[in-house]
Amino acid sequence: MSKTDNAGIAASDGDFNRAASLKLLTYAGLGILVIGLLMPLLAGLGGGAGSAQAIDRERNSITLSLRQEPPQLDNTKATDQVSNMVLGHVGEGLLRYDKNNQLAPGLAERWEVTETGATFWLRDNARWSDGSAVTAHDFIFAWRKVVEPANASEYAFFLYPIKNGEAISNGELPPSELGARAVDDRTIAIEFEKPIAYFEKLAAYSTYNPVKQSFYEAQNGRYGADADTLLYTGPFMITRWVHGASLVMERNPYYWDPDRIALDRINFAYITSDTNATLNLFKADSIAYTALSTDNLPDALNQRYEMDRFMDGSVFFIGFNYRDGRPTVNLHLRRAMQLVNDPSELINKVIKIPGYLPGESMFPVWLKGVEGFFRQEYPAPIPPRNIAAARQELELAKKELGVTELPPLMLLSGEDPLSSRMAEYYQELFRQTLGLDVRLDKQIFKQRLAKMTSGTYDMVMAGWGPDFDDPLTFGDLMSSWNLNNRGRYSNPELDRWVRVAQSSLDPQVRMDAFGEIQKILYDDVVVLYQYERGQIYVTHPELEGMVRRAVGPDPDFTNARIVPLDEAS
Amino acid sequence: MGRYVIKRLIQGVITVWFIATATFWAMHQVPGDPLSNEKAVTPEIRANLEARYGLDQPPLTQYFIYLKNLVQGDFGISFTQQNREVNDIIREHFPVSAILGILAIVFAASGGVLWGALTALYRNRLPDIVIMFLVILFISVPSFVVAALTQLVLVKTNDVLGFSLLPVAGWGTFAHMIAPALVLGLGTMAYLTRLMRSSMLEVVNTDYVRTAKAKGLPSSRIFTKHQLRNAVLPVITVLGPAIAAITTGGFVVELIFAIPGLGRYFVEAVQQLDYTVIMGTTVFYGAFLVFMVILVDLVYGYIDPRVRVS
Repeated sequence: MSKTDNAGIAASDGDFNRAASLKLLTYAGLGILVIGLLMPLLAGLGGGAGSAQAIDRERNSITLSLRQEPPQLDNTKATDQVSNMVLGHVGEGLLRYDKNNQLAPGLAERWEVTETGATFWLRDNARWSDGSAVTAHDFIFAWRKVVEPANASEYAFFLYPIKNGEAISNGELPPSELGARAVDDRTIAIEFEKPIAYFEKLAAYSTYNPVKQSFYEAQNGRYGADADTLLYTGPFMITRWVHGASLVMERNPYYWDPDRIALDRINFAYITSDTNATLNLFKADSIAYTALSTDNLPDALNQRYEMDRFMDGSVFFIGFNYRDGRPTVNLHLRRAMQLVNDPSELINKVIKIPGYLPGESMFPVWLKGVEGFFRQEYPAPIPPRNIAAARQELELAKKELGVTELPPLMLLSGEDPLSSRMAEYYQELFRQTLGLDVRLDKQIFKQRLAKMTSGTYDMVMAGWGPDFDDPLTFGDLMSSWNLNNRGRYSNPELDRWVRVAQSSLDPQVRMDAFGEIQKILYDDVVVLYQYERGQIYVTHPELEGMVRRAVGPDPDFTNARIVPLDEAS
Repeated sequence: MGRYVIKRLIQGVITVWFIATATFWAMHQVPGDPLSNEKAVTPEIRANLEARYGLDQPPLTQYFIYLKNLVQGDFGISFTQQNREVNDIIREHFPVSAILGILAIVFAASGGVLWGALTALYRNRLPDIVIMFLVILFISVPSFVVAALTQLVLVKTNDVLGFSLLPVAGWGTFAHMIAPALVLGLGTMAYLTRLMRSSMLEVVNTDYVRTAKAKGLPSSRIFTKHQLRNAVLPVITVLGPAIAAITTGGFVVELIFAIPGLGRYFVEAVQQLDYTVIMGTTVFYGAFLVFMVILVDLVYGYIDPRVRVS
């Protein structure tokens, strides 16, 4: 009896399962059907730019990705690279950089710079994207905004060469006292605080771009927050901006030099900092350009893409803490480290991106000197690798510091994978060669800055990028008054040469001064050089005319055009 | 019922206040300076920046100003995007995370119930073994791996097919949402499958199911009315927190698929010490979580009449 019972249950179980599974399948099918029906309904949600081809010949448009949402498109306040890149496409000031990275006239058709000041004459077809004329008053309004204390612009120092700029920024004078005025609607007269050799290079930066007062004031503090709360003077204008998702630029019909623009549309359809995602988008032919990282370089090599190298202009180094009581104040200790430091090994074994150059100087290779490149005219002294000599220096250091064993040295670094690897490399290098006990302190960006400013470190992995196209942007970094000299290095001799470079107008005298600074930085082992940062990137074979630059908007697509492969050859 | 809801809402407000207070003080304890940037600024400019964000006030005053603004629903202006209000950021980006999250939950819940019921029906047989293996896999593999792999698979598939089946990344159409929603919901789906399976196995052996069978009810009716409906209760309990977790936890998926959701702002704000955005998103998410828990409790009472909401 019990036997039949079991069989009966088993049989009914099978039936039951079948019926139940059928029911489940019906539900699943219904679910898929509902989603399918909802699809067109949901299609409009979200508001991205949708998918597009990397190169759209018909619409004469290219699609790209942005590393991050541009945080600030009010040019009086923008400081970061992404905002500056966007502003380089949709804005233009008195001067600009052309496709050969030479200074070229922008909204000013001619200008005159003397020892005491400068005059700029605006072209008569300089227009805002609403069709109105760009006047000298728009520049004066913008510049007063930059130095106005209430505006709290972090780049106010860009206008310090203009008379009273610094005093206004410090709240000592009203903004109306700025030494720049509109002589008439199309002429701007500037009075300098003191003679300056590189004013034109500053004037090409987006901080100097104009702002139309009536429009600015109508935005109630939201100037630059959206596509329609900004007016444009550049070759392109933002026609659609969905925050965090996409940004579309189209040709500005009022731009003074329409012949320069080849593209009708630049569609930044994706915003992500994930380079693996951007490489995937590039493989899927969804974007026309992407930078590569250490992690996905092998993948891109496998795809046999044609790659380009570009030096982004920044210099990286280990900075020392010169505050009292730190062992790194001792020159012999620093020299010992200099004698074992090997930037080439760092690049080949740790960084592994072929675009990097070994660091040899505070002045990167691309800087221009008197006639050619600065580094060719003033070659950087290269320290010999000499472990025996390094150990002798270390002994001297111990003697001078009066210790038999050095205390542990704190090396402050970023927490991203590459910074971590580099920090660990140095820890091992200094342990093996000099027997130093280096402790690592990996911090997120803001905390690293806080520690650098308060001076709780011995050594820090740091870098410096150029603000303008002149060696001074690197040359004054270690001057005693520079706020970015966070290790508080102070050397009257170096300060003297910085002052010479700042005040002289003679290129030869200035470059000689930078040469002296380069020598002092070496002799006094002010920093340990690591590398000049490079970038490996891929572009769509039909995209031409993209310009890379170390100073100014980068990458620059204002001269870009689509050249179909079958026509190029 | 009405009194119960009011009581729960008052508890909710107190919870949110507690979250706001704890976040405020914790945030100010985090080392690092929200106004610092690569290039140092002069003390004068710094003072102006501090004045703009009220950081020149003592912390206690800042806290009360903050609470006052919070009551008025004003979270202030972002530190990193100085012309955008935090309210705008939440208003523009939360819907994106919400749509993605809801879709992910729909995938997770329907998939979880479906697979869970199926594995219970075929206990210890091939479908059960295969599905449970996948469940363990999806619970243990982190979403950034699944997301990256999915993207790679999409690139290959589109390449082989010669047309774009699903977009690789981006946002804008429903097609853009499918892959990220699946990836986002996968872990929860796996978890719900396990939950559904064990709950289903419990129900199968209960007296009322045996009685229903003895009465000779049709199999499909026993399955849906007696087994599914009772087994699904624990799944609904965890659904509330799961919705909140999914809509707030999509940072990695949003980054990899280039989706403009609030999750990215939430995480990036913490990295950049963007005080106002940290406060705004935390309080908003906290309130959202509290609300979801209350909602689930109410729904629970509706589905299971034995639970009286009073």
